Amino acid sequence: MGRSRLAWEWFHRLGSPRWFYHKTGAWLPWLALASLVLLAVGSAWGLGFAPQDAKQGNSYRIIYIHVPAAFLALAGYYIMAVSGAIGLIWKMKLSFVVMRAAAPIGAALTFIALFTGALWGKPTWGTYWVWDARITSMLILLLLYIGVLALSRAFSREQVGDRACALLALVGTVNIPIIYKSVDWWFTLHQPASIKLTQSNSIDPSMFYPLLTMIAGFYCFYAWTLIAHTRSLVLQREWRTQWVQQALGEGS
Amino acid sequence: MPAETAPTVFRAGPGFAALLRLELLLALRRSADIANPLLFFVTVLALLPLGVGPEPELLARMAPGLIWVVALLATLLSQESLFRSDFEDGSLEQLALCPQPLYFAVMAKAAVHWLVTGLPLALLSPLLGLMLSLPAEGYLCLLISLLLGTASLSLIGAVGAALTVALRRAGLLLALIVMPLYVPVLIFGTGAVQAAVDGYAYGAQLAVLAGLLAAAAALAPLAAAGAIRISLDN
Repeated sequence: MGRSRLAWEWFHRLGSPRWFYHKTGAWLPWLALASLVLLAVGSAWGLGFAPQDAKQGNSYRIIYIHVPAAFLALAGYYIMAVSGAIGLIWKMKLSFVVMRAAAPIGAALTFIALFTGALWGKPTWGTYWVWDARITSMLILLLLYIGVLALSRAFSREQVGDRACALLALVGTVNIPIIYKSVDWWFTLHQPASIKLTQSNSIDPSMFYPLLTMIAGFYCFYAWTLIAHTRSLVLQREWRTQWVQQALGEGS
Repeated sequence: MPAETAPTVFRAGPGFAALLRLELLLALRRSADIANPLLFFVTVLALLPLGVGPEPELLARMAPGLIWVVALLATLLSQESLFRSDFEDGSLEQLALCPQPLYFAVMAKAAVHWLVTGLPLALLSPLLGLMLSLPAEGYLCLLISLLLGTASLSLIGAVGAALTVALRRAGLLLALIVMPLYVPVLIFGTGAVQAAVDGYAYGAQLAVLAGLLAAAAALAPLAAAGAIRISLDN
């Protein structure tokens, strides 16, 4: 009993923007340090020391950016939708702010995944853009992100915009598996004969460990940017309150 | 437990039927609203051969996709006004206040929207198939796939229309948020017609379209009802 009450207390305290702002300030430098170290080690290892691919030569090395970005692009949509749902269900102010902060970061990561994919496609497939199932799905994910972003800017009243965006993000979440499956089906129907997808061989450990490092680095980087962006949005929203003026007054 | 405090069984039928009749009557009186999507559909499809060239083989290959995409746009364009006038004169608020679940009100509105746009579009489509030299095997499938698909589009679009009803210039925003959600319907709609043209069985694609319609009918009005309540707070 007492234990579960404590857990709920923690949950509700997390919902307070003020508590969040004061608590996470100390986390930021550590997250920044972890992500910078992991990204530096991972990219030096992946770009400089990992062996060449037998078929693709050096061009495969883009996966060290592409794969983590694609991972987080999708995970970021779910993070956005889940925090929107928490806001709708428990009427928690902070989780709407997290949702709003997650939208542009996720959209940027989706764009990075598409862009690096195009760069890799040129030497490998001979063209920047192919209507491949995964590329098309990523493009639609970008459109879903853009929809949420566009809607979030349209409302003059922030609270209404929060709830509208949360609802749209949830509708998108229900649709993502359906869209992915239908795009897969569409691609197998139209598969162009001239393009051979690379076989998904089991990846060699010497290439895999740097990739793992990069993925961990991207996760830390995501957490860092998400928290930093949430903090700035919290300040923007609550700038009239006393605690913000105190917090900023102390800083200056 | 005494009988009078037992939860009353709610009967949605009569209210739903009344709303359906009212909406249909209103829609039929605004005949321009019915004609405009159809005229848009015909005009754009008449322009397309001017853009891509008149070769029958080329047009026949592109016809399923062209007809489906333009049908999708016509549905989308007519969707913006789905809740607009009710929102402006306050009847949407009354609908939200009345004891009948908003789910059925959205359902009635989406059904009427389909009856006055999706249904005529589907019925008109064989004619446009003829103009775009669609092979004869595709006609029946085009008709059925549009009947099933445009109903899903009406339901999915209702969510977007409900989310944007309180906004001043909602047209482009509505397109932005709804288009990605239309993707599965478009894929299976054109897939069915293409399969029919190529002489394959197309029952599976139509079954998927029907499944999408069932899912949309169950879930989209719920989301749209939630969106209406949010929009009414603005």
